[in-house]
Amino acid sequence: MSSNSSSNDQDPTGLLNASIRDLKTRLDRGDHSPMSLSAFFAERIERLDPALNSFISTQIPEIEQTELKGDLAGIPFAHKDIFCVQQGRTTCGSKMLADWHAPYSATVHEKLAAQGAVLLGKTNMDEFAMGSSNENSYFGAVSNPWDVNRVPGGSSGGSAAAVAARLVPFATGSDTGGSIRQPAAFCGVTGIKPTYGRVSRYGMIAYASSFDQAGVIAKTAEDCAVVLNQISGVDRRDSTSSPEPVVDFTADLEKPLSGLKIGVPKQWFSEALDNRVAEQVEAAIAELECAGGTRVEIDLPDADIALSAYYLLAPAEASSNLSRFDGVRFGYRCDNPQDITDLFERSRSEGFGPEVQRRILAGTYALSAGYYDAFYLRAQKARRLIAGHFEQALSQCDVIAGPVTPTVAFKKGEHSADPAQMYLQDLFTIPVNLAGLPGMSVPAGFVDGLPVGLQLIGRHFAEAQILNVAHQYQQRVDFHQRIPPGFGGEGFGGDEHNTGGAA
Amino acid sequence: MSRYAADAGFEVVIGLEIHAQLATRSKIFSGASTAFGAEPNVQACAVDLGLPGVLPVFNEGALKMATLFGLAINAEIAKVSSFDRKNYFYPDLPKGYQITQLARPIVSGGQVRIQVGEGDQAYQKTINVTRAHLEEDAGKSLHENFESVTGIDLNRAGTPLIEIVSEPEMASAEEAVAYARKIHAIVQYIGICDGNMQEGSFRVDANVSVREKGQTELGTRTEIKNLNSFRFLQRAIEFEIERQIDVIESGQSVVQATRLYDPQKDETRLMRTKEEAEDYRYFPDPDLLPITLSEAQIEQWRAELPELPDAKAERYQAEYGLNRYDATVLTASRATANYFEAVLSAYPKNPKLAANWVQGSLAALLNRLEIDASQSPVKPEVLATLLERIDDGTLSNKLAREVFEVLAEDTDKTVDGIIEERGLKQITDSSEIEALVDKVIADNPGQVAAYRGGKDKLFGFFVGQVMKATGGKANPKAVNEILKSRLDS
Amino acid sequence: MALTHKELEKVARLARLGVDAQALVDLAEDVNQILAHVDRLNDQRIDACQPMSHPLDQSQYLRPDEVTESNQRESLMAGAPAQDQGLFLVPKVIE
Repeated sequence: MSSNSSSNDQDPTGLLNASIRDLKTRLDRGDHSPMSLSAFFAERIERLDPALNSFISTQIPEIEQTELKGDLAGIPFAHKDIFCVQQGRTTCGSKMLADWHAPYSATVHEKLAAQGAVLLGKTNMDEFAMGSSNENSYFGAVSNPWDVNRVPGGSSGGSAAAVAARLVPFATGSDTGGSIRQPAAFCGVTGIKPTYGRVSRYGMIAYASSFDQAGVIAKTAEDCAVVLNQISGVDRRDSTSSPEPVVDFTADLEKPLSGLKIGVPKQWFSEALDNRVAEQVEAAIAELECAGGTRVEIDLPDADIALSAYYLLAPAEASSNLSRFDGVRFGYRCDNPQDITDLFERSRSEGFGPEVQRRILAGTYALSAGYYDAFYLRAQKARRLIAGHFEQALSQCDVIAGPVTPTVAFKKGEHSADPAQMYLQDLFTIPVNLAGLPGMSVPAGFVDGLPVGLQLIGRHFAEAQILNVAHQYQQRVDFHQRIPPGFGGEGFGGDEHNTGGAA
Repeated sequence: MSRYAADAGFEVVIGLEIHAQLATRSKIFSGASTAFGAEPNVQACAVDLGLPGVLPVFNEGALKMATLFGLAINAEIAKVSSFDRKNYFYPDLPKGYQITQLARPIVSGGQVRIQVGEGDQAYQKTINVTRAHLEEDAGKSLHENFESVTGIDLNRAGTPLIEIVSEPEMASAEEAVAYARKIHAIVQYIGICDGNMQEGSFRVDANVSVREKGQTELGTRTEIKNLNSFRFLQRAIEFEIERQIDVIESGQSVVQATRLYDPQKDETRLMRTKEEAEDYRYFPDPDLLPITLSEAQIEQWRAELPELPDAKAERYQAEYGLNRYDATVLTASRATANYFEAVLSAYPKNPKLAANWVQGSLAALLNRLEIDASQSPVKPEVLATLLERIDDGTLSNKLAREVFEVLAEDTDKTVDGIIEERGLKQITDSSEIEALVDKVIADNPGQVAAYRGGKDKLFGFFVGQVMKATGGKANPKAVNEILKSRLDS
Repeated sequence: MALTHKELEKVARLARLGVDAQALVDLAEDVNQILAHVDRLNDQRIDACQPMSHPLDQSQYLRPDEVTESNQRESLMAGAPAQDQGLFLVPKVIE
């Protein structure tokens, strides 16, 4: 029952769970005009988002039929507010850019616009993508549609919440240490972080340049593949984008999994991982075996080393990347600066939130004289160690399957007092960014009515393969079609371990 | 002032850091123009302004030019080099960091031969270049335009630079200037920098220290920043040497610091001490990937190098029999060398004479007008004709210099035209000269007696008399011969 | 590996963050938690590794030396906090 668009009591119009391809068909058939389709979702945003705060800004698009050409013609979507778009403001979730209007658009946006996709708004996020709970936004915390007292994850929490609540068919995100996969897991939607360099970073405001990667959050692997087809490819405005040829990511979706080696990292199923989350993930892996996959135990040690390396390297890069926010040429400037130093120091301390300042200070220290070798250089070596572990593991299997997060979505404020606890959220996602590999989060069941994510990791540029695995899984379960209560759905359904309308 | 230092029993150690703007069309990391003198900020694109989300993309032209420089000084070209970030806050540094090369510079090692002093005092010396690396220039802070605020113009931000770092091997201001001039000549020879010091295309920082003779380790150094003329370089170093010696002799010790040279007061003053120095937090720029260069590419670029000053000087010595000093002076700037070669191609017969004139009257004229040889009012072909008239005896050197001055004044005139209208043609007809000689002898019986009595020195007097009578137009050689035959008979 | 208040003040100055004394005390603990990560990198296997700056083994793309940007001053400076005569304005900088 993939891409189920048959109307039912959860989804009378059939639009909420309609796949992008279904929506395209309906538009081509003339069931809806692009304008009415956008209006349908814009109305949901207006009515339902106040409960979520998943949008920082919205816009009612004026669509002329003529300009709607391309593979995504008329399909509404939202951008994480980290992507520069010439219309409207681009805030990155910060007071620093609260009123900033980008004079250019990100390559990702230009590519989507060129295919006729219709931007409905910019989604909320942790300030400068620094956070795992979306509590670090100047524009307020975002609520998880499955329980508004809980966080949606971060930093792409707005995009994940908006897609989960069916406010948009898909949204963009960025993933530096798990910022697409972790919120996708918490919100029960499908998210993909492609291989580092697969999608241009031009116009995507930098957090940590050697980790940042743009990606997609949608309901299904198929939708992720459809969108990824449009945004991938080398961009001469981003030196780190890869010339690797872009394949059709939808081509392999229907491929059976027979003979596929699925690596399961022992070390990830440790006391760090909540038992009931582990059960759901195991069930999902079992489902993949039923689909023809072969389970192989693999080693992925040193997740703690990966975490430590990341929390030295990412802040170091960030401390430098965020130096341009100095109150001189754009963005926030403090009132009546006494001298140039006062202008720098107050504009930055007033314009940045606490978590951003924490990481800038840590990163500045890690790079400062006398500590470079002990901190930054050492962490870079550790990064190589972790990348080596993955190379080893992926020589024994085709894809890696495991948990995305140690727990399900936690309560707002639960970890905000303790950054260290918050950072543990990224234990299973960060290693993937260190190695620059493609990773996905796929809805794989519920614990106490809260979604659990299955993480799939592939070899460099093997997005098509993990999308294939995810799609085959989604042919057998319906977790990705569950709609949070109060957002047009009857919720997660009765039996938590039910693999839904498995064929 | 090395002499001052030597007298005081000190020796001087100088190293230079030279920033040369590369003559690329576009900036090092963006497609904005590098042209000088545009309206403020019209040549600063989003990348140059360091706006959020934009990224640097490296300019192949800058890589080629830096590589050409490395090849020109026989340096090692890195097969793999990379960019680092130098982090500090300044209003005209848009990103809060400068993209530069610390760990893996494009050029390392290399030698430059300099000639110091003049004529037979001149000596040659080889200075080693430690490294040359690529980096981006910053913008400009304009303090004059407004009363209470500073204006920031970022047109210059992102202009490609190579920073050329020498070993501390220069022992005097003269050597430092000779080295700086040589680098200046090389970058212009190979066409990677326009060398315009007024516009800041070529800027020099000098690291100066002194130590008592015999000392082995270096004294504490000071760095004098942004010297934008060779004269300022000379004066700043001389002042700094004296200052440091005075400090030491008064029993204090030199403070490691960055200093600024003030041309008005002709002195250096403290900018900041080492303690106040920034912590630049260098680290590899994650927005840029390692630059790889193939041997083939390097060789292809090497083939585009023109003949360099040292090679030219060797050739002048071999082909034209010039001495090393003359050859080096003539090749010191590409313009002078081109002029000299143009004269020779118009009149190949007497290279030595051409060399003398280019270094003599022409050099004096160019100095007076403060222009280089390419802008000389006397064109090479014209000078060639003049030389021809000297060789064929039409003009004495003295008359030729007169003609040259006229040519400098009025560029429409020709050599032969001036000779005609001023009747400057030499008298070579011997009968005419004989008559004049006889008259002089007749008019000065006393001197003739004295000369014949053994006062040989008086010979010059007779020559003078004859020349006077002809207004200097008599051929000196002929006059001498005839006088001798008459007087000694 | 813990940061003293004095060190943190120096770092804040380097980073041009005008953090007041009290805020600095609160931050110190959090920053130290981040820096504590370095202690977990004491492992011989790490010493043996080459530093890794980029996830991909790729070399720099070279842009042809062409002027591709035209004057965009008006739109690029539209968001400037203070400007006049085409210049960004800041408090007087004394050199």
